[in-house]
Amino acid sequence: MTTLDKKLDRRSFLKVSALAGGGMMLSFSWLAGCKPTPEQALELPKEWFELNSYIKIGENGAVTLFSPNPEFGSNVKTSMPMILADELEVDWKMVMVEQADFWPERFQRQFTGGSQGIRQGWTPLRTAGATARQMLVNAAAQTWKVPATEITSSAGVLEHKASGKKAGYGEMASLAATMEVPEEVKLKDPKDFKIIGTSKKNVDITSIVTGKPLFGIDKKVEGMKYAAIVHPPAFGMKLKSLDASSVLSMSGIQDAFAINIFKEDYARNFFDTATFPEMVAIVGNSTWEVLQAKKALKVEWENAPESSFMMSGRNGQPSLAKIPAGLESTEVHKAKMADYLTKPGNVLRRDGDPEAAFKKAAKVIEKTYTAPFLAHNTMEPVNCFANVTADQAEIYGPTQAPEFIMGALSSTLGLPKEKISIKLARMGGGFGLRAYSHHMVEAAVISQKVGAPIKMVYTREDDMTYGIYRPSYSATYRAALDENNNLLALHVKAGGVPETPIHPNRFPAGAIDNYLAEGWQIESNITIGAFRAPRSNFIAAAEQSFLDELAEVMGKDPIEYRLELLKRAETNPVGENNDYDAKRYAGVLELVREKSKWSNPPAGVHRGVSAYFCHNSYVAEVVDTVIRDNKPVVEKVYAAVDCGIVINPDASINMGEGAIVDGIGNAFFGELAFKDGVPNKTNFDKYRMIRQKEAPKAIEVHFVNSKEDPTGLGEPFFPPVFAALANSLYKATGKRYYEQPFAPQLEMQNLKM
Amino acid sequence: MAIFNLNINGTSKQVDVDPNTPVLWVLRDHLDLVGTKFGCGIAQCGACTVHLDGNAVRSCSLPVSSIGNSEITTIEGLSENADHPVQKAWMEHDVPQCGYCQAGQIMTAAALLQQNPNPSDEEIENAMNGNICRCGTYLRIKAAVKTASKNG
Ligand code: FES
Ligand code: FES
Repeated sequence: MTTLDKKLDRRSFLKVSALAGGGMMLSFSWLAGCKPTPEQALELPKEWFELNSYIKIGENGAVTLFSPNPEFGSNVKTSMPMILADELEVDWKMVMVEQADFWPERFQRQFTGGSQGIRQGWTPLRTAGATARQMLVNAAAQTWKVPATEITSSAGVLEHKASGKKAGYGEMASLAATMEVPEEVKLKDPKDFKIIGTSKKNVDITSIVTGKPLFGIDKKVEGMKYAAIVHPPAFGMKLKSLDASSVLSMSGIQDAFAINIFKEDYARNFFDTATFPEMVAIVGNSTWEVLQAKKALKVEWENAPESSFMMSGRNGQPSLAKIPAGLESTEVHKAKMADYLTKPGNVLRRDGDPEAAFKKAAKVIEKTYTAPFLAHNTMEPVNCFANVTADQAEIYGPTQAPEFIMGALSSTLGLPKEKISIKLARMGGGFGLRAYSHHMVEAAVISQKVGAPIKMVYTREDDMTYGIYRPSYSATYRAALDENNNLLALHVKAGGVPETPIHPNRFPAGAIDNYLAEGWQIESNITIGAFRAPRSNFIAAAEQSFLDELAEVMGKDPIEYRLELLKRAETNPVGENNDYDAKRYAGVLELVREKSKWSNPPAGVHRGVSAYFCHNSYVAEVVDTVIRDNKPVVEKVYAAVDCGIVINPDASINMGEGAIVDGIGNAFFGELAFKDGVPNKTNFDKYRMIRQKEAPKAIEVHFVNSKEDPTGLGEPFFPPVFAALANSLYKATGKRYYEQPFAPQLEMQNLKM
Repeated sequence: MAIFNLNINGTSKQVDVDPNTPVLWVLRDHLDLVGTKFGCGIAQCGACTVHLDGNAVRSCSLPVSSIGNSEITTIEGLSENADHPVQKAWMEHDVPQCGYCQAGQIMTAAALLQQNPNPSDEEIENAMNGNICRCGTYLRIKAAVKTASKNG
């Protein structure tokens, strides 16, 4: 048994109250369990211990958990109640999860993203469950007049063995609601977990397979109108003039007008990103009719001059953010990125004397890796329902971060935040994109203007071309070797349009005496946003491909060489602030080596390895490819992961499989290019997505047996796949793959893709 | 505008819409059958898959005027109690992540098994290749189709 960390301010963390119809309610703080990283702290206020979630135990014994975290496919709606139920000692099926709507005065910090849901929920959920259980035990002790320590509980039933007394939780809940929240509560020893660590099916599975309305796009109310949008055709352009009369006489069309989602004096936050704050809305009686009007609309666009807007700072100090003018092209981006082969970047980390080491090197290996912009392409296109009246607003739609759009909604609608409710729809994919909720303001402004409930839906073309992409990146790695091929120094210089992908304190920093990391960025008016494992999703590919090449030059086995570096980082680390645990890192490499039988690949199979650490979890992957009928086929992928305690193994494996498929798809095909500000792809006919035929034939996911607190899984499986695939393809074709996506190069080698 | 009498999930429904309106939007906007999803609008993703006389078709690219007396089945009409072998297999394998593509996947799979009760791996891959799953649940989809084929 372990006792809860007393540093937690329990009084503000837990609060008990009685339920109107009988039963108890225990409110607790979702995020009290862990400290945010500086990145997460962005936008988070000082008050950390707000009560933002609660459980209810009814008189019938039913347990309801209000989850503040929106669901976008990572299955938190199933795994969170498992954690609660285990400590509460109920059957997990007795715990119903209800999606808490976003009401700022009740809930704070509702956010899904950064693979943080489980990590942050772990301690609060366990504590809440254990506390509620203890209070029920105390209520039974008082009722039966026996010592609380003699009462046991299991599957929602309290029992005093000596006297033979028994009661269901529901019977004691009303009394428990009047009792003091205990000062101290004991959490279970992980070896006593009954539910955590067992596979449970998705709680929404039946609704999904029967096509129930779960998503924002499924919303419909009496009198609802349908809205389409028209945004500028290119980055760097804006609305010049609109001729609404060109569509007003069309069947079913009610209105067409320009909207602007930001007030001049509003200071935008980090997640307010909107490429085209000004666009055209068309409102009518049905989706099809507004889509027809969209095609017929007469509208003129013009080049936008350089502009700027107020950005709210971390400490309340607003700053001016600049949007450069111009119609940008990928060719120009590439040339500008190539300039940095010779131009210096900003030094982000320096250990030892890398310059001197390069001077005395017998051999220098230098390789440059690049990747294009990527569109998120969630299957559910941007959409939102809004019903704005004179004094209040109801919004329903997909968002990973409702709180972050509240400011813009309130400012633009001219309504106080308390009058705005955001209801959280299940999301048809997020991948980071739905942290940016401009669509909620767009829908609200449209509804306010027409004075009716509306549902706005983007077409796929609107969706793919409105920005907030994964940035385009480039990284150059250089290694200095002596005459015996010993590594003397490593230099990485990496940047992108418009941000650098470098995490300067991650591996291999800490393992190399002379190390230099430089970053640079090129400004752009093409908007970017979080995309599954931001930055890691590229830099892992570059770094892990380079290490593979380096190992080859040294004549070393690629896993052995990585382990050698990690041993150094573990036993005698270079520098400070190395933000990874070298031992756990090595652990996943060792596990994947064992599970894949690394040294004995099946005949005809070409394998590559890669490992990466991000979002608090460690993953190593081995990709096996074969060339069949002149076509590269991913035969199998082995993944080894250390994410601490695994809550729901089968759901975790599902996440792993999905991220691996996603990575292979983007490595082979993912690409969005620009010419004069116009994206070169607008729908799935041109934007190639991985499909059933290209998916790996098999994926094996193995978990390190761990007693560490759990960490996230949505992202960490993704970054390592790119290099594991590239390294495997190298074995198959004899060529290294420096430029993503790989398919065009493979085709040039006369392979079918 | 024109009146169409449609045979959907075994019942007759009347709508008054532009003859060019795709069946997808007739289902979603006019008949409140929103299980059929909009993904691309150009027959490239499969999210909108329904059965037309038992064949899997992309309803986003199927004008309502072209239906005539054909029978349309949507995900809502696939079974009474979520007990179609394909739905059961989907539950057994816990296929979905976000779930958005899954109605289309299930409808494509159900039509495949109707026509070919024992498909090979390759036949499954070919039949399912038109349905994109952005969450990457392809392996589970394939496994579930095989299970449904066994139990069907
Ligand atoms: S919406 Fe019909 S195939 Fe994509
Ligand atoms: S489950 Fe999300 S798109 Fe398939």
